[in-house]
Amino acid sequence: MSGFPTLFRKEIVRFWKVSVQTVAAPVLSALLYLLIFSHVLSGRVEAFPGVSYAQFLVPGLAMMSMLQNAFANSSSSLIQSKISGNIIFILLPPLSPLELFGAYLLASIARAAAVGAGVFIAAFLLVPVPIAHPLWAIAFGVLGSGLLGALGIIAGIWAEKFDQIAAFQNFLIMPLTFLSGVFYSIHSLPPFWLGLTHLNPFFYMIDGFRFGFFGQADVSPWLSLAIAGGAFCALSFFALQLLRSGYKLRT
Amino acid sequence: MVAAVQVRDVGKSFGATRALDGVSLTVGQGEFFALLGPNGAGKTTLISALGGLARADAGTLSVMGFDVRAQYRQARRSVGIVPQEIVFDPFFSVRETLAFQSGYFGMTKNGAWIDELLERLALTSKADANMRSLSGGMKRRVMVAQALVHRPPVIVLDEPTAGVDVELRQTLWKFIRELNKAGHTIVLTTHYLEEAEQLCTRIAMLKAGRLVALDTTANLLAAFSRRVLRLRLVSGSLPPGIAASAQLDPTGRHMVPIDDFSQVADVLVALKAAGAAIADMEVTEPDLEDVFLKIMRHEDAPAAGRAPP
Repeated sequence: MSGFPTLFRKEIVRFWKVSVQTVAAPVLSALLYLLIFSHVLSGRVEAFPGVSYAQFLVPGLAMMSMLQNAFANSSSSLIQSKISGNIIFILLPPLSPLELFGAYLLASIARAAAVGAGVFIAAFLLVPVPIAHPLWAIAFGVLGSGLLGALGIIAGIWAEKFDQIAAFQNFLIMPLTFLSGVFYSIHSLPPFWLGLTHLNPFFYMIDGFRFGFFGQADVSPWLSLAIAGGAFCALSFFALQLLRSGYKLRT
Repeated sequence: MVAAVQVRDVGKSFGATRALDGVSLTVGQGEFFALLGPNGAGKTTLISALGGLARADAGTLSVMGFDVRAQYRQARRSVGIVPQEIVFDPFFSVRETLAFQSGYFGMTKNGAWIDELLERLALTSKADANMRSLSGGMKRRVMVAQALVHRPPVIVLDEPTAGVDVELRQTLWKFIRELNKAGHTIVLTTHYLEEAEQLCTRIAMLKAGRLVALDTTANLLAAFSRRVLRLRLVSGSLPPGIAASAQLDPTGRHMVPIDDFSQVADVLVALKAAGAAIADMEVTEPDLEDVFLKIMRHEDAPAAGRAPP
């Protein structure tokens, strides 16, 4: 029998044991964003016809939290194991690169799902949001958190210090999420920024996710799906290659 | 019968450092085998290569006939390694740690064996304690249990008794001896040479990545070490025939090497003839420390001759 289910379960238990920090805290942050931005900007911006700014904000904030936490889960688990040395306990058993990848990836998606659900449950009490196409929403939710989970695996394998993970979060993930149209519809942007946003893969994940709720989006959900899917495949392939080669894990 | 561990021409470099340089050795099933050598000799690198933590640049390694690269799943199932450094996952209790470790090997219903391991390693009372709260010795025991949780036929212990109290050392060796009697192959590294001498039937010595000795403990002791008659004189001195081979030990006793006990009588006769009187004497048996130092020094000699001033 494979060791994969156990590693997956261990990764779930790991974040769930500290769920105040790993789930409740990001949900609270998202709600604070929602309260503040919707208060300041409500009535001044209408992203889509018939959709209030606060409603517009909910899926974007949920997705942003999911993406950030998917990355945090795999990257922090790996870097902690590497620094404390207990990574050997998963390197000594007969776990294949695919099993290792799958377990860390799925645990990242699970944490993103827990955070996303938390944000929605809490946000729905304040701002009811329609769900036009639940399957699209689920597809983008899973794909987006999978993509960030895979990126977290790569960062966790590569990094040697916690600072390097923090640098990933502060200088890559934060700017990409904040500039992806979480807080605004990109059609309100000047042409230069609009063009730049189209190069940001996070934009497609959030835009596609939002389509699942409002049935309206800045670009076609199929385009978003193709780009998010392509990026996910590329990062997964890269992460698997790193695991196969033993890069920074096996000397 | 397939060898428990087979190492063939294994080489491994870290940058300019040659950690392993053409090491070959075979450990038979059921052996209690010691891997000795000074720090930095390559013992841990060899063990890491065996467990797949390090990858050899050259040569092949196999466990129970399974190549550690091509058949890594079977090879890793066949070996349990207790690493040298104390490491643990602070998120979990002792029992969780063992249940997860067992699950990684695909053994999810292993509670009875885990309970037995806890019992045998005196961890039962700590089963539900968080790993963080355990003392160093306790953590070491958990690591031993982790290595045994999948019942591997080959057990490798990398300095398991470093910094561990006497009681645990004895409990541990008692348990490991039983496992060995039950058919498990044991490979052990230690700096406590008396442990290796008492426990292991065969010994390999590594120095600077090279194998410098590989033989049964008995042969090594016989070849490199002799019994010594230690004596202190009240009066007189050693006759020239004996003085030639004798040395002084740190307490000022004369050390006369002998091959067997019959030579004691010869020495006594010669001393009496020379008019010397003995204050005290004893015969000390050869020990592994002596062998170890001789082999390591002998290996130094040619290198020292070539060393620049």
